[in-house]
Amino acid sequence: MIDIIQSFFRDLAETYPKWNFIFFYEPAQWERVVSGLYVTIKLSVVCVILSVIIGIAGAWAQGSPSRIIRWVVQSYIQFFRNTPPLIQLLFFYFALGQFTPTVTGPDGWTEQPIISNVGWAIISLSFFAGAFNVEIFRSGIEAVPNSTLEAAESLGFTRAQTYTNVTFPLALRVSLPALNNNLINLVKTTTQAIAIAVPELLYEMVSIWNDYSSAQNAAMTVLFFTYIALVGILAFGMHKWEKRLLVPGFGKAS
Amino acid sequence: MPASTTTEQTWTQDQPIVSIKDVRKSFGTFEVLKGVSMDIMKGEVICIIGPSGSGKSTLIRCINALNDIQAGSITIEGQEVHDADLDKLALRKKVGMVFQQYNLFPHKTALENVMMAPLKVLKQPKEEVEKRARTLIKKVRLEGKENSYPGELSGGQQQRVAIARSLAMDPDVMLFDEVTAALDPETVKEVLLTIKELAADGMTCILVTHEMAFAREVADQIYFTDKGVIVEHGAPDVFFENASDPRTKEFLGQIL
Amino acid sequence: MAHSFNQRTDLPVILEPKFKAPDALGFSRWLVGMPPWALPAVAVLMMLWPIAGHAQAVYSAEKIIDIMLKWLPLLLTKGFLMNVVISFFTMLFGTIAGLFLGLGRVSENGAVRSISWLTVQLFRNSPWLVLLFIVMLTLPFEIRIGGTYIPVPDWMKAVFGLSLPVMANIAEIVRGAIQSVPSAQWEAAQSLAFSRRQIMWQIILPQCFKRMIPPWMNWYAIMTMATPLVSLLGVTELVTLSRQAMEAEGNNPSLLMPFFGFALLIFFIYCYPIARFTLRLESKFALKG
Repeated sequence: MIDIIQSFFRDLAETYPKWNFIFFYEPAQWERVVSGLYVTIKLSVVCVILSVIIGIAGAWAQGSPSRIIRWVVQSYIQFFRNTPPLIQLLFFYFALGQFTPTVTGPDGWTEQPIISNVGWAIISLSFFAGAFNVEIFRSGIEAVPNSTLEAAESLGFTRAQTYTNVTFPLALRVSLPALNNNLINLVKTTTQAIAIAVPELLYEMVSIWNDYSSAQNAAMTVLFFTYIALVGILAFGMHKWEKRLLVPGFGKAS
Repeated sequence: MPASTTTEQTWTQDQPIVSIKDVRKSFGTFEVLKGVSMDIMKGEVICIIGPSGSGKSTLIRCINALNDIQAGSITIEGQEVHDADLDKLALRKKVGMVFQQYNLFPHKTALENVMMAPLKVLKQPKEEVEKRARTLIKKVRLEGKENSYPGELSGGQQQRVAIARSLAMDPDVMLFDEVTAALDPETVKEVLLTIKELAADGMTCILVTHEMAFAREVADQIYFTDKGVIVEHGAPDVFFENASDPRTKEFLGQIL
Repeated sequence: MAHSFNQRTDLPVILEPKFKAPDALGFSRWLVGMPPWALPAVAVLMMLWPIAGHAQAVYSAEKIIDIMLKWLPLLLTKGFLMNVVISFFTMLFGTIAGLFLGLGRVSENGAVRSISWLTVQLFRNSPWLVLLFIVMLTLPFEIRIGGTYIPVPDWMKAVFGLSLPVMANIAEIVRGAIQSVPSAQWEAAQSLAFSRRQIMWQIILPQCFKRMIPPWMNWYAIMTMATPLVSLLGVTELVTLSRQAMEAEGNNPSLLMPFFGFALLIFFIYCYPIARFTLRLESKFALKG
């Protein structure tokens, strides 16, 4: 089976030299694509999880009675929402990266920073998407009517019980459409990690077409549709989840 | 007949279950309650009527400690409600409350709404809670609607679920805050019927209501409030036929 | 938004969430919500950071200020101005293409509708950077019109690359605005014997024009924030120049904070008034309906 596919693309490259899908028949190039895809997915999954955690924690902190905490959260959101994510990434990696301590690398003689470029990409992108998530969750919490919370209070729920049993499940439903958009945007933004040489999919594909100019068209096509597929899968999954949480008379009208 | 009480009713019972003494409450500079007192005996049904903005709802929210008070005292079974050290959970077990807007949890089914507080707050075993919840749903005549979400129920049905939800905590006193005000006229009846049955079972009920006919039929005592004070009160027959205060007369004249 | 929240009394009450999706007006609202001093304060802090005497800072405060002043005119005229030019042309092309794509989304012809839908989905859901790479590499460096060769500068190619996602998003704004016009308008116009094309261009579009302006301006701001991406493809703009400037000054680490801080600041200064204006327009139109 694999032989057939490999020979098909090898033949294709010979007949149409501009459509050299080199990564479909040369294992070394195939591995580059796979590892790039792996890094992209890893980056996306980790950033999605971290940004959601940041969002929930931030929304909770925004309701804090302490003015200082509220101010800190507010400043964080303002900073990350109102500046280009690319400059954030560069700023984190280059400007802040110079202050992080270094350790001796695995080879025993080079110095490596504690936080790698992948690490900075994760930090920067999570904080970027997290800033939006704080707002999304906060508006979800605000959409839960006070009177519903009062009902919970009159039934003897404590603040924490009210939050976990009533506020959060309702706020989540309100927040999901916006959260959906933001997480899709986050996956798209992971491509910008190429700026600090994180070997994700875009980076690997660009290196492949730099190495083999005949593979340029093929690599671009595959790159384009891979991202469409990734975003599609995420959108589909989120949509399914949204539908499962759908409750009659609440949220989306029929 | 004790002369010190504010009421002329015969009250030879023991202690009042709810006792409100000279309660004052302000929102900012606006004083909503200007010294309100009333005593409610176990098993009594009290209706509070009066023009909107007269402080009726505020008063009953104070009984449940949803609002705090600035002066006076409210005791339930001898326990002060507005005490900083009060165990709120103990209070809320004793007092159930039903709201004008039902305030059901929209993401839970009718049955889950009724079960939620006993499960999460009282941490009672699930089987027992479910059994009781099903009985309560039956009691409010909603058999077959156990698995419907609030969004699938009419206002009257939702309100009855809300009543069952409060009853699930097994309270000694039930507070009803204009529970039929948001309902369609057809569904008002079913909710009033449920309350009537509850009263007949001996539940102590305090209602804020605009349903005069209902108040007259079900109440043991009617309180008329205006501008933050209790203008007058009495048994329904006396109250509706022989109101003494001109303000009461004017109000009844507009309503009846 | 396709969500409606119940306000009727016989259903549970839930409030309308205040937050709009990031691609609606959220961004502008945010920019305005921020106290005007916040970002400048952060940027100034960052510029002062190395001055505060970090171990690695080998340059003195005066030297850093000297260097910044030396490069400032270039960063502005050759750098940030380029971002503005790119964003302007991107918006121009994106809007024109998006308008027709949006009309295609509501076309009577099923095939046109499907193709428009697919186009919108493809370009809305692919990363900007991927589109940029593809367009930059596939477009020729010059095009032949008649007998003359017209060179296509790098930044112009970048404009085309960025126009694609903008086009797809503008198309959605157009579609939403058209569909928000009550169908009674169509019927009324039809009864007056207007043709479909006449109804669209003379009756429907003028009505939704106002409605489209605030989200359109919001997209302009989002767009401007995306222009630094072109630096990754070697197009000269603010970030590219900043990095070249730092290189020319010997790549001293103490320059990183001031230069990137300046980049953040200049974007803020540019986007903030736009956001304010967008919100003003929105509330103005909201009042007039």
